[in-house]
This record gives sequence, C-alpha cells and structure tokens, in this order.
Amino acid sequence: MMLPDGPILVESIPGKIWSKSARDPAFHESPPVLSSHRSTIRGGRSISLPSSMAVATEAQFHVLAVDDSLPDRKLIERLLKTSSFQGTTRFSLLLAALLSQLLWGLASDGRFGSVCAVTAVDSGSKALEFLGLHDHEESPISDQLDVAVNLIITDYCMPGMTGYDLLKKIKESSYLRDIPVVIMSSDNIPSRINRCLEEGADEFLLKPVRLSDMSKLKPHILKSRCKEHYEQEQHLQSNSSCISRDSHKRKAADDEILPSTIRPRHC
Amino acid sequence: MAAALTSQLHALVNNMFATGLLDDQFQQLQMLQDFSAPDFVSEVVTLFCDDGERIIGELARELDKPNVDFDRVDSFAHQLKGSSASVGAQKVKNTCIQFREFCQQRSRDGCLKTLDLVRTEFYDLRNKFQAMLQLEQQIQACYPKH
Repeated sequence: MMLPDGPILVESIPGKIWSKSARDPAFHESPPVLSSHRSTIRGGRSISLPSSMAVATEAQFHVLAVDDSLPDRKLIERLLKTSSFQGTTRFSLLLAALLSQLLWGLASDGRFGSVCAVTAVDSGSKALEFLGLHDHEESPISDQLDVAVNLIITDYCMPGMTGYDLLKKIKESSYLRDIPVVIMSSDNIPSRINRCLEEGADEFLLKPVRLSDMSKLKPHILKSRCKEHYEQEQHLQSNSSCISRDSHKRKAADDEILPSTIRPRHC
Repeated sequence: MAAALTSQLHALVNNMFATGLLDDQFQQLQMLQDFSAPDFVSEVVTLFCDDGERIIGELARELDKPNVDFDRVDSFAHQLKGSSASVGAQKVKNTCIQFREFCQQRSRDGCLKTLDLVRTEFYDLRNKFQAMLQLEQQIQACYPKH
C-alpha cells in the first residue's frame, strides 16, 4: 500500500462537548500514570486506578493515550475530551445523557455530547501494565479489566518501547488485539506509516495533532463501542449460553480468552 | 482597565504570529480553551516551557562531553522539535530541524551554534508567553468570579 508523501489531511467539523469531567485532576499535573486514588478488587487481584477512572466508569468512551512528552499528553487529552464522538446511541444512553443534562446543565452548543474519558501514560510499558498485560505474559492475570478501552492512541517515538513495539504487543495479545490502535508521529516517513498500518494500526496521525484529526478516530471508537454493545446484548439475551460462557471464562488460564475486549462497567 | 490590558494582550499575541514566533497550531490551543478548561492554554504553555528548559539543559550537557553522542543529541532535539510543534512554537521548531541536520552531519560546531540560537529563541518565546499569561491573569482579575 503506497501512501502520499504529504500530510494526511481530513475534513471534519470540530465538535465541542460538554463534559462532566470538566476539571479532572489531570494526569499531567502529577507523575503520570496510575497514581492510585482508588482500587478495586477483582478476582483477588487489586487493580489501582487513577481518580479519573471514577469518570471513566460513567463515561461512554475511554481512550488510553501513550506519549512520553508531557505537553503532548496534555494536548491529546484535551483534544479527545473536546471531540464529540457521538454516533447512533441506544435509547438507554440517550436517556441517561438527557437526565445528566437536566442535572448538570445544557451542553454549550446545545447538542448531546459524548463523554470521553482519557487515561494518559508516559510509556508503552505503563500502557501494557494498565491494560493488564505484563512482558512475560500473553494474557492478563484477571480475564477481564474493570474499564473498557475503546481506543489506544500512541506516539511512535518513545524511549524503551516504541509505539510500534506497543502496537505489536497489543496485536499479539488475543484479548487486546481488537482494541483499535492509532499511531502518532511528528516524522512523515511513508515506510514507517506503512509498517504500522501493516502491523494492524487503524490510523496514523501526523503531529502536531489538531481538532480536525479527531474525526479520523470516530469510526474506530464507535465500532469498538458497537461491538461492546452487541456483545452485551448477546450476553443479556441468552442466559444459558451466558452461563456457559461465564464458566468458560472462568476456566484455567490456558483456555482461549474471549478475544474482545473487555466487559464494560457501564454502557 | 480591562480594555487597555486586553488590547495589550492582543497586540502581543498578534505580534508573535506576525513575527513567525507562533503558527496556527497555537490557534488550535486557543480553540481548545473554554469554560470547561479555562486554563488550558496557560497549562500547556507552562508545560512546554518547563520541558523546553530541561531539554536545552540536556543538549548543553551532551555537547559539552569530550565525545559527543550525536544520536543522543538528535533525540533531545527531536523531543524539543515535537513539543514546539505541538504548541505552535514555529521558530523554535524550525531551529530544531536545523539542529537535527547538524546532528546527522556529526558537526559539533554546527550543533553548538544552533544550540545558542535555539536557546535565544526559546527564552524570547518564554518571556513573551510569561507576559501573555500575566496579562491574562490581570484581565481575569478585573472581572468578578461567579
């Protein structure tokens, strides 16, 4: 696949959203990553979550951003939170949103906006740690994560593990591989872009990232979200198959882990 | 009072655009600031200034070594280029591009000269950013908080 040398441009309408997470204690203010303000016990394993995960459990979308540069992390986090990734919403979500709006006030532009929670980490290894994957393992300790991740967006050039290395690890993992991955780079190198896309990256963004780039992420996030909804539907509709699936999930670690991601806390 | 400060602020920022210190990426930052993130620009700018200062220190340290590791120097220049690009610091970004070329050429002289240039431009930009943020604070102080 050949790509043009120029920057990849895209047409879009920058959306503004109103977010309940308005004044998140931002990651960029503290040592990035996993400062544990809260932990949950899951299957005997305690997972520490940053305080902003409190927002994520109520949020519609959750994006994991990976970048070793602090100003860049700040920027991508704001871009993601500002963007409206709205798509076809289920009635329950719409109702919840309307109720939220009544309680918290109207969106600045009057539209229903999606809440995007962002976890920003400064390295590939921390990203994998957050996703529950450790270097020597292919599957996580717990077969499910507490929070759904709808998209991973990572810088290419990072010390230690590059964005490409991270992409490979994600695609090699049977339970992470369905999460869409977007790579960002300040260098416009077609062979690099090709390599990433061939390895399974869903999108490649040239830095500096701007509002208009966010529309490129929308189809991947929505697709990931729809898949979650679909799987939840399946789960709810048939109890018996649900039970057998559950017991299947709880089997020994060497059994095939369900490929999709991650059961969401809230939908 | 607020009006005078506001026109001072506009003049400063316009001048930064006109002289090529800033490019349209900075306008992206301005667009991202709203009632839900009223301090966004000042936060990013502050992070950039702190990060930039750190990187310039590293560059100086690396170039001071008897055997310069040009790959390391290049990596720092790349970092500074990246963060300048993200905040719209056009002049600093362009100087970083030059810097990387001298790294490729393994030219210590070229790197040292460019380091001087990037340092001057960076501190000039930082001073202007600080003036900008100060004016913003003074303007905000004119209006009572709700």
